[in-house]
Amino acid sequence: MCLGIPGEIVEILSDQPDLAKVDVSGVRRNINIGLITDEKPQPGDWILIHVGFALSKIDEAEAKAAMDFLEGIGQAYADEIEALKESRIE
Amino acid sequence: MRFVDEYRDAEKARALAASIASLCEPGRQYKFMEVCGGHTHTIYKHGLEDYLPENVTLVHGPGCPVCVIPMGRVDDTIHIAEQPGVIMTSFGDMMRVPGGRGSFFDSKAAGADIRMVYSPLDALKIARRNPGKKVVFMAIGFETTAPSTAMTVLRAKAEGLTNFSVFCNHVTIIPAIKAILDSPDLRLDGFIGPGHVSTVIGCRPYDFIAREYGKPLVVAGFEPLDILQSIHMLLQQLAEGRSEVENQYGRVVPWEGNLKALKVINETMTLRPYFEWRGLGFISHSALKVRDTYAEFDAERIFEIPGSRVADPKACQCGEVLKGVLKPWECKVFGTACTPETPIGTCMVSSEGACAAYYNFGRFTRQRVREATRD
Amino acid sequence: MTDRPLTERPPAAEPAARSADWAEAAVREHAHVEMASREEQVLQRIERARRARPRLREEKITLAHGSGGKATQTLIEAVFLDAFRNPLLEPLDDGARFTVDGASMVFTTDSYVVSPLFFPGGDIGDLAVNGTVNDLAVSGAEPLHLSAGFILEEGFPVADLRRVVASMKAAAEAAGVRIVTGDTKVVERGKADGCYINTAGVGVVRRTRGGDVRPGDAVLVSGPIGEHGVTIMLARGELDIESDLTSDTAPLNGLVTTLLEACGDGVRRMRDATRGGVATILNEVATDAGVAVVVDEDAFPVRPDVRGACELLGIDPLYVACEGRMVAIVSGDVADVALSALHSHPLGDGAAIVGRIKDDPPGLVLLKTAFGGTRIVDLLVGDPLPRIC
Repeated sequence: MCLGIPGEIVEILSDQPDLAKVDVSGVRRNINIGLITDEKPQPGDWILIHVGFALSKIDEAEAKAAMDFLEGIGQAYADEIEALKESRIE
Repeated sequence: MRFVDEYRDAEKARALAASIASLCEPGRQYKFMEVCGGHTHTIYKHGLEDYLPENVTLVHGPGCPVCVIPMGRVDDTIHIAEQPGVIMTSFGDMMRVPGGRGSFFDSKAAGADIRMVYSPLDALKIARRNPGKKVVFMAIGFETTAPSTAMTVLRAKAEGLTNFSVFCNHVTIIPAIKAILDSPDLRLDGFIGPGHVSTVIGCRPYDFIAREYGKPLVVAGFEPLDILQSIHMLLQQLAEGRSEVENQYGRVVPWEGNLKALKVINETMTLRPYFEWRGLGFISHSALKVRDTYAEFDAERIFEIPGSRVADPKACQCGEVLKGVLKPWECKVFGTACTPETPIGTCMVSSEGACAAYYNFGRFTRQRVREATRD
Repeated sequence: MTDRPLTERPPAAEPAARSADWAEAAVREHAHVEMASREEQVLQRIERARRARPRLREEKITLAHGSGGKATQTLIEAVFLDAFRNPLLEPLDDGARFTVDGASMVFTTDSYVVSPLFFPGGDIGDLAVNGTVNDLAVSGAEPLHLSAGFILEEGFPVADLRRVVASMKAAAEAAGVRIVTGDTKVVERGKADGCYINTAGVGVVRRTRGGDVRPGDAVLVSGPIGEHGVTIMLARGELDIESDLTSDTAPLNGLVTTLLEACGDGVRRMRDATRGGVATILNEVATDAGVAVVVDEDAFPVRPDVRGACELLGIDPLYVACEGRMVAIVSGDVADVALSALHSHPLGDGAAIVGRIKDDPPGLVLLKTAFGGTRIVDLLVGDPLPRIC
């Protein structure tokens, strides 16, 4: 449920409380960042957008870890296919 | 698109699918429920079931906040919209949901001022621009969306707006999952856990599922690889005899949740003693209402709500579909009396309802598709 | 949201007094259909239900009826076709074809009610000319003459009218057509949203048609999809989304000529993708010819900002309107020639082969997702609505 899209903060709006301009693949919208309190979001940060609000900051380390896991599975798979190919019984 | 495309990689999917197959015990049937409607939507939209072995079945759960709105509540919303001087605002998802007398679209055609908004902040903007009108925001969604409604109410208070209110239909996820777990008809092996709800409530609330009911739960992201990886993690747990809550969606979901979000919900809203869920009946402490301290923003106090109750048509089996007991095509009226064009129940009209997802995306036999798409 | 002990019991679950009459009636209507237990039987049941004559259930027109999807189709078939029925109308094509003294003609009409009137990339005047030119062009006709009927709102600035008319003049020149007759009406303030335009067009067919669509044919689109629809959605300003997107409105007759000259009889059908987007066209092709249209999600050209806006709103670019794009079905053996021909024309430089025609399952559009799975692409009932869920 609940459509949440990753977007990159491009600007913190100085004149409005809690508003930041966010870029999603070239389109931009002002998003309320009032729910992100741990570290004030900065331009370049990625956040999850839901109905005009940032719900969470995207943790790039976690994202990398997830990708590494997937690469690992992919490599294990590729290795196995290679092993399969090489282990033909003549 | 970053953080999206890399989770739609077909090669990694094939690798994961192979790994999933190797984790399955031959001859054993696995049944996992994905709770979130958003997950149901992804599964059908990307054809994920093509990647799963025959013995892994996905059961669609009740996590579709549009699907669980009873018809009477739609009628109540229309009633408010028909009051003089009211502008009703709603998310797009609700516009075609049928009530006892028709949908918001039908009511709009008959002259009510009902406008679609993308964010509750847009409704606030309409209120600022129309000081002579009473603007009402129909709030729906689980804990994912409640913080946004809460922040909007706080903003309205800070600005001293007197013409804005919320018709609160936020529901909470844990009671829905409990209703599933306590349902005698269902034997599940584990849960693909809600993704964005968990961003707000964190992962701890699911502990009781693993501890007391012995079912593993993996909090999952919404891209296809996220879901496949979550299934992988569930199978891994089962293979190792574990039953825990794990977080696959760590890039977005913090284990502790979003404390500020929980705080603003708590500041502006409180749990209702009970609430009627379409298809599931009355569930206690399962929905939110606006607190007394913010009464001036509570549409239920400003307007006389008839409290309509409309019986679901006898043939409508949305309840069983929502609980995962029936597959969409097993519902007696699926595809004939109930279609996306003429929906009887919410499972068909909501874009993430299981029936709509199946009808719009999955409606063919696997065999014919394999033949047709072979090059 | 911690769990609290139950302190209040829910009311005794009395059955609700009222029931939804319209739903009970719908169920009664279908009560005779046999109950199926296996998935295959259900799917067949659905196919039978879909083939049955469409019935209009609504008593009032809703916005969904104007979006180009299922609701529009049902309205056309149940009200207009039902009343006007004749052989020239029945194909419900982009234009009606007939012969006059041996000359093969095409006649078409379209009305333009876009809001806002002026948007990035064009205005209602551009749409009014290009839209009708395109209907003629994809019907294989050389567009000749257009009519233009204006319905103007009391209070509409003459300066704005001049702007619109200037656009129409430029568009007509670019397309090589003339506006030869017209009409003007004025309605009271509050109606007509400023300006509504209807254009009708007539053209002459100079080539034979390329035969029916059949398995083995290739499916092409002439360029990136969804630009017009997203531009309009953003231009309305309610969504507060900024972008550099512009409408893709353009006259396609030059592009069509290039394609026909390269592939001749190899071109089976051409359709311009407008309301309802490419998905609607593909469904019409599948249903009209009784074939399966199998396409690759990855193959559709979509600009990054269209994609971004669609992801943000939760809508699918396949259903978003275009105003200067066409879908061409060509014989399999000329697919590459067709693609090169499209690429050689400025309006076709983003063209792509997106799929093939197969014979089974007939009437369905299948999409191979970028991810590698498969799903169907059905008609939407109404406009794609932004969703939060």
